[in-house]
Amino acid sequence: MTDIRYLAPSTLDEAVRAFAAASGAARILAGGTDLLVQMRAGIAKPGTIIDIKKIPELTAIEDLGGGAYRIGAAVSGAVLAEHPTFGKAWPGVLEAVNLIGSKQVQGRASPGGNLCNGSPAGDSVPAMVAAGAVVTIQGPNGRRELPVEKVPAGPGRTNLAPGEIVVAFTLPQRPKGSGDAYLRMIPRTEMDIAVVGMGVNLTMEGGVVKAARVGLGAVAPTVLLVEDAAKALIGTKLDDTALEAAAAACRAACKPINDKRGTIAYRIKVAGVLLKRTAAIAARRAGGN
Amino acid sequence: MNDMTNKWIGQRTIRPDGADKVTGRAQYSADFAMPGMIHAKMLRSPHAHARIRGIDTSKAEALPGVKAVVTAKDVVDFPLDKSVMLGIQDMRWMCRNVMAREKALFHGHPVAAVAAINEEVAAAACALIEVDYEVLPHVIEIEDAIKPDAPILHEWNTFEGKPSNIAGTMVLKTGDVEKGFAEADVVIERTFTSRPVHQGYIEPHACTVSYAADGRVTIWSSSQGQFMVRAMTSLLTGVPQSNIRAIPAEIGGGFGAKTIVYLEPIAVLLSKKSGRPVKMVMTREEVQRATGPAPGSLSTVKIGAKKDGSIVAAQGTFYLQAGGLPGSPLRGPVGCSFAAYAIPNVLSVGYDVVSNRSKVAAYRAPGAPLGAFATECVLDEIAEKLGLDPLEMRLKNSAKAGDKAIYGPVFGEVTFKETVESILHHPHYKAPLDKNPAPGVKRGRGVASGFWYNAGGESSVQVNITEDGNVVVTTGHPDVGGSRASIANVVAELLGIDHSRVSVLIGDTMTIGFSNLTGGSRVTFASAMVATASTEKVIGQLKERAGKIWGIDAEAIKWEDGMALPAGDNAGKFPPLSLKELAAKANEMGGPIGTQVQLNTTGADPGFATHCVDVEVDVDLGIVRVLRYTAAQDVGRALHPGYVEGQIQGGVVQGIGWALSEEYLYDKNGRVDNASFLDYRMPVCSDVPMIDPVVIEIPNPKHPQGVRGVGEAPIVPPLAAIANAVHDALGKRFYALPMSPPRVSERLEQP
Ligand SMILES: Cc1cc2nc3c(=O)[nH]c(=O)nc-3n(C[C@H](O)[C@H](O)[C@H](O)COP(=O)(O)OP(=O)(O)OC[C@H]3O[C@@H](n4cnc5c(N)ncnc54)[C@H](O)[C@@H]3O)c2cc1C
Repeated sequence: MTDIRYLAPSTLDEAVRAFAAASGAARILAGGTDLLVQMRAGIAKPGTIIDIKKIPELTAIEDLGGGAYRIGAAVSGAVLAEHPTFGKAWPGVLEAVNLIGSKQVQGRASPGGNLCNGSPAGDSVPAMVAAGAVVTIQGPNGRRELPVEKVPAGPGRTNLAPGEIVVAFTLPQRPKGSGDAYLRMIPRTEMDIAVVGMGVNLTMEGGVVKAARVGLGAVAPTVLLVEDAAKALIGTKLDDTALEAAAAACRAACKPINDKRGTIAYRIKVAGVLLKRTAAIAARRAGGN
Repeated sequence: MNDMTNKWIGQRTIRPDGADKVTGRAQYSADFAMPGMIHAKMLRSPHAHARIRGIDTSKAEALPGVKAVVTAKDVVDFPLDKSVMLGIQDMRWMCRNVMAREKALFHGHPVAAVAAINEEVAAAACALIEVDYEVLPHVIEIEDAIKPDAPILHEWNTFEGKPSNIAGTMVLKTGDVEKGFAEADVVIERTFTSRPVHQGYIEPHACTVSYAADGRVTIWSSSQGQFMVRAMTSLLTGVPQSNIRAIPAEIGGGFGAKTIVYLEPIAVLLSKKSGRPVKMVMTREEVQRATGPAPGSLSTVKIGAKKDGSIVAAQGTFYLQAGGLPGSPLRGPVGCSFAAYAIPNVLSVGYDVVSNRSKVAAYRAPGAPLGAFATECVLDEIAEKLGLDPLEMRLKNSAKAGDKAIYGPVFGEVTFKETVESILHHPHYKAPLDKNPAPGVKRGRGVASGFWYNAGGESSVQVNITEDGNVVVTTGHPDVGGSRASIANVVAELLGIDHSRVSVLIGDTMTIGFSNLTGGSRVTFASAMVATASTEKVIGQLKERAGKIWGIDAEAIKWEDGMALPAGDNAGKFPPLSLKELAAKANEMGGPIGTQVQLNTTGADPGFATHCVDVEVDVDLGIVRVLRYTAAQDVGRALHPGYVEGQIQGGVVQGIGWALSEEYLYDKNGRVDNASFLDYRMPVCSDVPMIDPVVIEIPNPKHPQGVRGVGEAPIVPPLAAIANAVHDALGKRFYALPMSPPRVSERLEQP
């Protein structure tokens, strides 16, 4: 058996230094619900594991006012669910994070891990994309920010440079009359992986869509921001024609593969169906705001 | 005995193995360890079909830490030209299943095994073994395997004079179907397909084996029969049966698939070579790739009926996907599909088709669900066409006592009607169903019935009275579904003592007499029968002892409430002697009290089940969910209602998975693409409603407590019941399983 070094630094600087020093042989550990599974399967064989859960900034949730929040990358789904106001402000993001795995998995799994694992089917990612989240990244060359949709590079790959760690997600301020939602299609009712994941974030005024963002997962090598779908919704009252146009835009954006989890034809069809359903929930929430 | 004033029979007593299981103390296969123990891994074929031209193990043997390497050379060879049977298993196929011989027949087929100081070294050594494969074209699906130009798995096998993948047939016949169909007012013929499914037991196969210096072998493993483990291991290793002690571990599910061995013979050979105890544990991936799934099927069923619904002819043709070696459960669909019905003209034919996937193993009512899927769906269609209630149609055609069953015997009692009537009058069947509850949502209701043979067979039970006047019962059957709890109820009832005073254990092959497999829905039937005989003998002994103490004839003594009493006033007046008192005096009054009874039990009447299910379909996504499920079955007598209900609920849930979500997927190289519980989709709790079992108790007159087999009949109807419900919801019939979202969605887009 090979020995594995386990580090649990208490500052981000230490973590970045150790991560960069290991030059590729180290892996970041947040909840470990992807990493440990991959290690067991022999896919990941890190020489060093850097646990980031002891770093305060990585596990903090900050209310920035006006609907804006900063969520530490290693915050677990269960902790996020217990936050007194976050779920009211961003119900779609919360439901997406909370769909990950089961009760047990929720105690560990983090949005940072979900994003950095690079799976196009990660549940929280389309909701974060729809929310317009911006990711703060720290690495050997300092700090930078990226829109969340720019982080994934392909299945299992990200655009993080060597030694870079995702620190936090910042969700922007939103006017009154906004709402978001996330739906996924899975064959089972739980303990499954998204065949299609759909995040929609709307701002409404007098029944008319003023702003919209649509995040679409599991239908392409990375989670997609579907701008054409958002355009089809903006300025409309979400009538059937608008919804069908947005659904068509989602279908057009799909570049899925045929695999054991779904056929190309099925995934494309489902993307359209979920757009309509998710938009309806987001609109209802926006109305209630 | 079989009355409602029983104190223990019919009670939901706490199972004897419960505390150990819920506190993690129970020893399952992989929990056993020995000093000096080493670990073994299999090298498995990366090809679906390849000739093995040679195997070079020298590099693996030279790796530090490696203690032994085994290939097919070390396994006893059963030549192809002569069948050697152990029960229903042909050792020609078993020896080739545990270790590939001439050919690797499926991806994951073992080709060598290594024992080393730990699993990592064993795995590293496996990677050093050089196998010279001649990769051959492979074939997986039945339709492809029976084509004239299909790659042939076994060149020596011929069918109709030509090399073929059809390795066996079975034909049952009564009357003249052609004549029957000619008389029918309506004839419907349909073709159905289903995908292979796995039993999905939680506990992977595992064993620990010790081959001692004196040539004696001890095996710790979980199985559905320690005597099967002993016999099969003996045959495959050449170690005499009498030198093998097979000790049954607790079992984490088997559902039929643990009625054969995969690891034990190989571990014995490795232990013999290395001189060390050897442990082998499969991963889930190995279980999914290389252990017994149920076959996929391709069935055509044709049924002809009169306008009044009476069936005049039925014909079934069932192709089953055996996997790499022959052995499909043909008698399931061929014998069971029409058995519940009195049909004058029947022709039922089965074909055993080999293809490049893991060899099938038994799965709950082997093969019968596949036959019922076809038959019960066609019956539904006929009832629809004739405008009859599908249950009334079944009632009209029910077999009766005295009818000759298509598979041979003359039926004694037939309690099929009772199951149909119980659904017909159940509030579920009468409840209104809103078929269009919301836009894009449809609901429907379906029914189907099922038949299973049930079995008796060999069973041994010891009953011993402890010195402090309690009872130890030992049976020879692994307890998969709560049989210890049922036996404790029976023995406590007969002895008239508190349930907590009865311990029930499972003996190993050297401590209890021969007992056949836990399978065929036979164990509670057989072991309760034998435990009854054993306990009655002990009661006889107890009466004799009391007679000696009182100086009266044992005949003049009765046993009641755990005490010996004079049978009447004539016998004299004596204060009662309790079991405790008699036990305390046992040694001075003639020695220990106890006995073993061994019987080949008979009288297991068949099992009948009728189910009703409501489904809801999300039309846009093609998702089918089960809303309500009611399952009626004649169980004879529920010795322990909790475990009877558990059997029914478990069978139904497995049937739901089979119908809606479970299937093996293969990539273009013939490799299993979903060898994990993430992508092999068994239902999870939230996928199924609470299954409502309707336990009908019509005592089996041939059993002391009236027991009938319970465990298999409940998996027979669900496939068809759900397909019929989906048809009711959508107006479209589904002839292919599983009805998974992509398939339902695709079918809905077709005209
Ligand atoms: C039983 C089970 C069910 C699951 N169900 C779902 C599901 O329904 N939906 C779903 O989307 N996922 C599911 N998953 C996958 C997994 O739980 C999620 O992807 C989860 O969000 C991962 O978070 P984590 O904190 O555990 O990540 P980890 O395993 O700790 O990390 C994942 C990867 O990201 C890297 N990483 C983690 N944090 C950072 C960081 N801050 N900066 C840089 N790199 C980082 C790690 O090195 C690793 O490569 C399931 C997993 C299991 C075991």
